[in-house]
Amino acid sequence: MDYRIEVEDLNVYFDEAQILKNINLKIHKNTVTSLIGPSGCGKSTFIRTLNRMNDLIDGFKHDGTVLLDGRDIYDPKVDVVELRKKIGMVFQKPNPFPKSIFDNVAYGLRVHGISDNNVIKEKVEESLKAAALWDEVKDKLDMSAMGLSGGQQQRLCIARTIAVNPEVILMDEPASALDPISTTKIEDLVHKLKNDYTIIIVTHNMQQATRVSKYTAFFLNGEIVESGLTDRLFIEPEDKRTEDYITGRFG
Amino acid sequence: MHRIISPKIAQNIMKALFWASGIITIIILIVIIGYILMKGLPVMSLSFLFSDPIDSGRAGGIFPMIISSLYVTLIAIIVATPLGVGAAVYLSEYAGESPIVKLIRFGAETLASIPSIVFGLFGLAFFVIYLGLGWCVLSGGLILALMALPTILQVSEVSLEAVPKSYREGSLAIGATKWQTIYRVVIPAGVPGIATGVILGLARAISEAAAILFAVGAALSVPISIFDPARPLPLHLYILATEGISLNNAYGTAAVLVILVLVITVVTNTLVERYSKKMMGR
Repeated sequence: MDYRIEVEDLNVYFDEAQILKNINLKIHKNTVTSLIGPSGCGKSTFIRTLNRMNDLIDGFKHDGTVLLDGRDIYDPKVDVVELRKKIGMVFQKPNPFPKSIFDNVAYGLRVHGISDNNVIKEKVEESLKAAALWDEVKDKLDMSAMGLSGGQQQRLCIARTIAVNPEVILMDEPASALDPISTTKIEDLVHKLKNDYTIIIVTHNMQQATRVSKYTAFFLNGEIVESGLTDRLFIEPEDKRTEDYITGRFG
Repeated sequence: MHRIISPKIAQNIMKALFWASGIITIIILIVIIGYILMKGLPVMSLSFLFSDPIDSGRAGGIFPMIISSLYVTLIAIIVATPLGVGAAVYLSEYAGESPIVKLIRFGAETLASIPSIVFGLFGLAFFVIYLGLGWCVLSGGLILALMALPTILQVSEVSLEAVPKSYREGSLAIGATKWQTIYRVVIPAGVPGIATGVILGLARAISEAAAILFAVGAALSVPISIFDPARPLPLHLYILATEGISLNNAYGTAAVLVILVLVITVVTNTLVERYSKKMMGR
């Protein structure tokens, strides 16, 4: 089947606390999948499990399997650095480096050993164009990224992520810190990027989930209550709790 | 219970007290620097700055002392900066919270509070005699490095720890290794703070007399090699004053020392500010 990521019976613990319970989810290639649910339901923990960012946290334990293209990403033979190159991540709060706009996008390339300046230049331009930021910054690539607006910074972070050609892009509420116009731009961008990348987006905003994603998974208290086609899930949810959540009865 | 004074009056009294504390601090600084400059500036002239001392410093200038000061301080900074920053990187990025970390921190704090004359005695015993370096620029520079080390370490550690976690996460998430993250993102972001630590360490090193008293010798000529003896400004000042050679020239030397520290601080601060501006885009 055309699955990029397959998660089977995943349990995640931080010390003694169980954060994720028996998660099963398949992510289709080159589609957008939204993860929705109230705060603290485990959405962010879940996507951080997919690129092994949770490894950085003391007390992180898991069982179950996470397959990327059929290979277990927690296999001891897997190189975490290679994995994170394949699975990029965009964070909730834009986090450009305190470097120039150019150096931010070139960062991943340089880190992965590309030193040919022409290649880097080309790739930076291509990535900034793909992130719909090129026209706004092409004349000030030497300026610090910290001087950009929040929305521009977030698109820069997306450019930085796609510069290293990932297969998957994880987005952890990428628009929640942005104004409505910037949010629209990010959503348009997600639409455009799904042709080339598999995107998993955590969102608080249910309208956003319906606008951008083909599939949706609803998380509650560390479990997936329901997942499936976004249109189906929002129009005729199978579970009462899903219905309560999407109609705004809690959360 | 009745209030003795109203909150509003208490507020004004406290405000006045804080204001006074601030003002007194500034006044002390102005009085000391003003007094030194008042006494010292008349002595300062081009020939005082650029000629050799005559008759043990009764006349002539202090050119060799200026060079000596810059020389020993440079050696101290070259030795102490990589060590201090390296230890700070270890403490803030790698070590976590373990007994060894507490021991290193305790060591740095203790090192910072050892009296400088004790450093001087150690320098004599270890560098001059045991290692056989003799009375020279290198011995003095190494002692000053030990004295600057804890300051550089402590300030660098704080500034590295202040680098937002989000930078580190952004770098790791793109597939950078921990080391790449540290040297490409964390250290550059921490540079302004590290520079502050280096300046503080440098200021401590350049103004030390007691620590190098037994280590650099007291030569009156310009040191060329690192194995030449030297006489940095504070030491010259000490000798001029205590041996009653020339109080006037002692004030002149003091004024030069104060101005030297001021110039170094202002120049470095300007560079750091420019760097931060470029980095942060404002």
